[in-house]
Amino acid sequence: MTGYAYTILIPMIPLVMFLVTGLLGMKWKPIVSGLLGTIGMGTSWVLSLITAGSYFFGGHHAEGFQTIIPFETTWLRFTETLHINIGVLLDPISVMMLVVITTISFMVHLYSLGYMKGEKGFARFYAFLSLFTFSMLGLVIATNIFQMYIFWELVGVSSFLLIGFYYTKPSAVAASKKAFIVTRFADLGFLIGILILSFVTGTFDFGKLTEPGTAIFGSAASMSFMGISALTWAMTLIFIGGAGKSAMFPLHIWLPDAMEGPTPVSALIHAATMVVAGVFLVARMFPVIHFQAPDAQEIIGYVGGFTSLFAAVIAITQYDIKRVLAFSTLSQLGYMMLALGVSGYGGEEGLGYMASMFHLFTHAMFKALLFLGAGSIIHAVHSNYMYDMGGLRKYLPITHITFLIACLTIAGVPPLSGFFSKDEILVAALHHNKLLFAVEFLVAGLTAFYMFRLYFSVFWGKDRHYHHTPHESPLTMSIPLMFLAVASVFAGFLPFHHLVTSDKMGFDTEMHMAVAAPSVLIGLFGIAMAWILYKKESAVPEKLAQRWGILYTATYNKFYFDEIYLFVTKKIIFNYISRPIAWFDRHIIDGFMVGIGLVTEKIAYQIKGMQSGQLQHYAFMFVAGTLALALSLVYFLM
Amino acid sequence: MDLGQFILMRQELLLTLAAVVVLIAEIATSEKNKARLVPFSIGLFALVTIIGFIPGQEGTLFGGSYQSSPLTMFMKNILNMAVLIIFLQAEGWLRKEENLDKISEYFILTIATLIGMNFMISAGDFLIFYIGLETATIPIAGLAAFDKYKSQSAEAGIKLILSSALSSGILLFGLSLLYGATGSIYFADIAGKVAPNALIALGFIFFVSGMGFKISLVPFHFWTADVYEGAPIGVTSYLSVVSKGAAAFIFTIILFTVFKNIVDMWQPLIYTLAVFTMTLANLFALRQDNIKRFLAFSSIAQAGFILLGVLNAGELGMTSVVYFVLVYVFTNLGAFGVVAAVHNASGVETISGYNGLYKTNPKLSLLMTLSLFSLAGIPPVAGFFGKFFLFTAAAGAGYYILVLIAVLNATISLYYYLRVVKAMFIDQNEQPIPTFRSSNAMRLALVMCVAGVFIIGFASGIFEYIRTISQLFLN
Repeated sequence: MTGYAYTILIPMIPLVMFLVTGLLGMKWKPIVSGLLGTIGMGTSWVLSLITAGSYFFGGHHAEGFQTIIPFETTWLRFTETLHINIGVLLDPISVMMLVVITTISFMVHLYSLGYMKGEKGFARFYAFLSLFTFSMLGLVIATNIFQMYIFWELVGVSSFLLIGFYYTKPSAVAASKKAFIVTRFADLGFLIGILILSFVTGTFDFGKLTEPGTAIFGSAASMSFMGISALTWAMTLIFIGGAGKSAMFPLHIWLPDAMEGPTPVSALIHAATMVVAGVFLVARMFPVIHFQAPDAQEIIGYVGGFTSLFAAVIAITQYDIKRVLAFSTLSQLGYMMLALGVSGYGGEEGLGYMASMFHLFTHAMFKALLFLGAGSIIHAVHSNYMYDMGGLRKYLPITHITFLIACLTIAGVPPLSGFFSKDEILVAALHHNKLLFAVEFLVAGLTAFYMFRLYFSVFWGKDRHYHHTPHESPLTMSIPLMFLAVASVFAGFLPFHHLVTSDKMGFDTEMHMAVAAPSVLIGLFGIAMAWILYKKESAVPEKLAQRWGILYTATYNKFYFDEIYLFVTKKIIFNYISRPIAWFDRHIIDGFMVGIGLVTEKIAYQIKGMQSGQLQHYAFMFVAGTLALALSLVYFLM
Repeated sequence: MDLGQFILMRQELLLTLAAVVVLIAEIATSEKNKARLVPFSIGLFALVTIIGFIPGQEGTLFGGSYQSSPLTMFMKNILNMAVLIIFLQAEGWLRKEENLDKISEYFILTIATLIGMNFMISAGDFLIFYIGLETATIPIAGLAAFDKYKSQSAEAGIKLILSSALSSGILLFGLSLLYGATGSIYFADIAGKVAPNALIALGFIFFVSGMGFKISLVPFHFWTADVYEGAPIGVTSYLSVVSKGAAAFIFTIILFTVFKNIVDMWQPLIYTLAVFTMTLANLFALRQDNIKRFLAFSSIAQAGFILLGVLNAGELGMTSVVYFVLVYVFTNLGAFGVVAAVHNASGVETISGYNGLYKTNPKLSLLMTLSLFSLAGIPPVAGFFGKFFLFTAAAGAGYYILVLIAVLNATISLYYYLRVVKAMFIDQNEQPIPTFRSSNAMRLALVMCVAGVFIIGFASGIFEYIRTISQLFLN
């Protein structure tokens, strides 16, 4: 099948935009760069939609979807069989990712026209956005794991630039450095994993690696290291790379800090694209992991499950709205990883795989919407903190409605998209691992709770002292919100089980009422809890109390009841469960990573004396070194 | 003997000729026109560099004492290119008042050491090798002490000459042991006779420590930081790039050809040296504030990475080492170029002095960032591919743990490279280095470095070419 040659343009347009705006942007009015970037991205978006349309819906797919490589060229040749190619690979997941990335990126481009208006370095911002989008697109269409790695690193570099965009702000700089170095540590695993994999199989090519029943692993089974097979090592190491980018515990520490970047960047990088790269990587390698390294798959499931619970608990205690969203993202990414961890291969067995990709898709839409909505709120009140907000529904009607839709979606209220995808994950988990199912079930309730805690405190409650009356954002900002809200509502009706599946063959699935009903209920329960606890902080009860003292007294007992409630939840759960976990996260996990740095510095300080400046000393070390080598060699020889 | 055979030595002969021409030009130039020697010498050297790229013949001379093959020619061309860039970068510095009376010394001494290195690369026996080694070392001491009225520079010179005397002594002792054990100084003869016995092992270790001194491997590296810091930048970059690159070439050639029968014996040794070199150098680099010292330790760490390629005693190893050095030339000279430009304009040599450089000199800052990223091995710049092939070579020989250590070190190195980036882009400075414009020669040199960093990474033909000539050389 040919006719997809134009897909090469999808990543090339952002690259050209990056070069043009990066090199010439300083000479133009800033807005020109913004418009150019946005138009370019819009073109890529349309092309992606056309690609998806003709790939998924053009022609019959009785034997499943074909993998199409419209463009490929050999780049470096190691040996006759092992060579590095660079090209474009189209299969269901990469086409889906093209749509996700270009959609979100285009919305962010459009949104930033309003949000970043007047910021210093507007043109630079657009250049970085284009570079980032290019890298991300290059990553998903990679035909081989090496190409993926290169773009993977490029994504790291460009996100470093974007997070550190406010480079005059020390915290932003620290955050960007942290993100870069933590993910680089994870990439270390990725790189070694690739090296092992390529030596075991003699290929980098995804096509050969993921072909079911392929013979290239024949010799691999016998190779092992420390009692664990080489392939399990390779896959676990590659997963570590994915865990770094997708911020899985304990490599998640960079994500909350990365919220220092401009909000549209958070929407693009930390909601929809970069952070799902890890999930995408696992999905890409799924047949290898599932058949050759089941132990690694087990690890993936548990890491995902733990991360989702851990992050959801922390999200409850946060006051910075972007941090709430950051932890929520962690939690949702955990869902996706978990789904891959519990998935089988082929047909209904591969439900987890399909559900993971489905959730990736819907999550991209609603989480981007949440971040962009948060940006709109921050834009209006000039603060990130929930206690500076309240009663905003009057001032920001569009933001309010769209934000509410997103909150309902993430809480899994039917028939919004989040309900469908989350439901599939829960079903998959139930079939394979009861413990993980229970965890995810609990997380579903927590998710609804913390999202509505956020929603009620921001949009309800009483007005705060705003510097000026908050106003709705300009059209360039509200159009993306509206578009994404529509997408969040309807994305759930896409027949993913016929489009994106583990073996590229469609299968039929039905609603599992036994799972769906309780999960909706726990979601609603979470919302109700948030409603009781946070909506009440409005001015209404106080006014009522003043006017109708008797009525107020009459309701006293109810308040008393609330107090107990508040005591139990706010005091006990907060102080004895969530806070310690948050503390543990900040001081132990974070501290451990910082500690590695400190120890390194300490050692560096300790050995300073060796470099004394005394030549006699140097000569002594020289001779001593030679003798030590000689002795050791003689010792080993004899 | 047919005199036509001397064409095999054309690169050495051309360099000798160039040195003599510069000397004559010096005599012929009047006092007040001394500055004209700079463009003249650079132009002359550029010509030599270009001629070097004309494909030459392969063969041996003097009964096997001298050998020439496409690989050795390519190595010499890499060194020539590096020296050309260094000359361009040194142009502004040489034109300064205090250096006018010693312009020709700089060129002649540098070319002389280059001749020595070329002979080492082409050596077919240990005699030529040793003569080349001394020719390559002694003039450098003169260069290091170039700013003779600055005590630091004089100290650098004396430290270099004393340390290298020690290392040469040990190396020579090792060579005599090898001669005693095998009865020959010819590489081909020795290669057939080496066996893992104590005498050869001892000779081999003395040889390794002598070479370790040149490549600055831990624990033979101590001279590096002091000399790099004290010597003028034009000399430091020469030491760090050309001298080290040449030594790495020669070390690899000799290990792969002369000592190929005792691979099992030397691999653990190189392994140990690699671990110590990478790790210790990284730890030292973390704490430096002088940028030259910082780059000194960074270059020691890079030498440790080279050893990963050496461990794969085959064509992949050879290819990855040559490719890495090629990349390293452009990358490191990019960084040194910026340091030289900043030093010429403002005299600043500390990392904290670079604070706020981006505000005043954005292009230089970006170039420095690019070079540092390449040194740290971040894709898609060439430095990444250089490191990647070294890792592949080591992994191909089964050294996975070592690769892990190396990648870990690469990540630590990212931290300190980012420190410089942070200084330039983020740290505030009330009096940043003022905006300046470098000389055209410097700009040309920097453009060459940028082009190199990008082109070598993306043009796959280069790697394949090196692979072909390495194959040819080793078989």
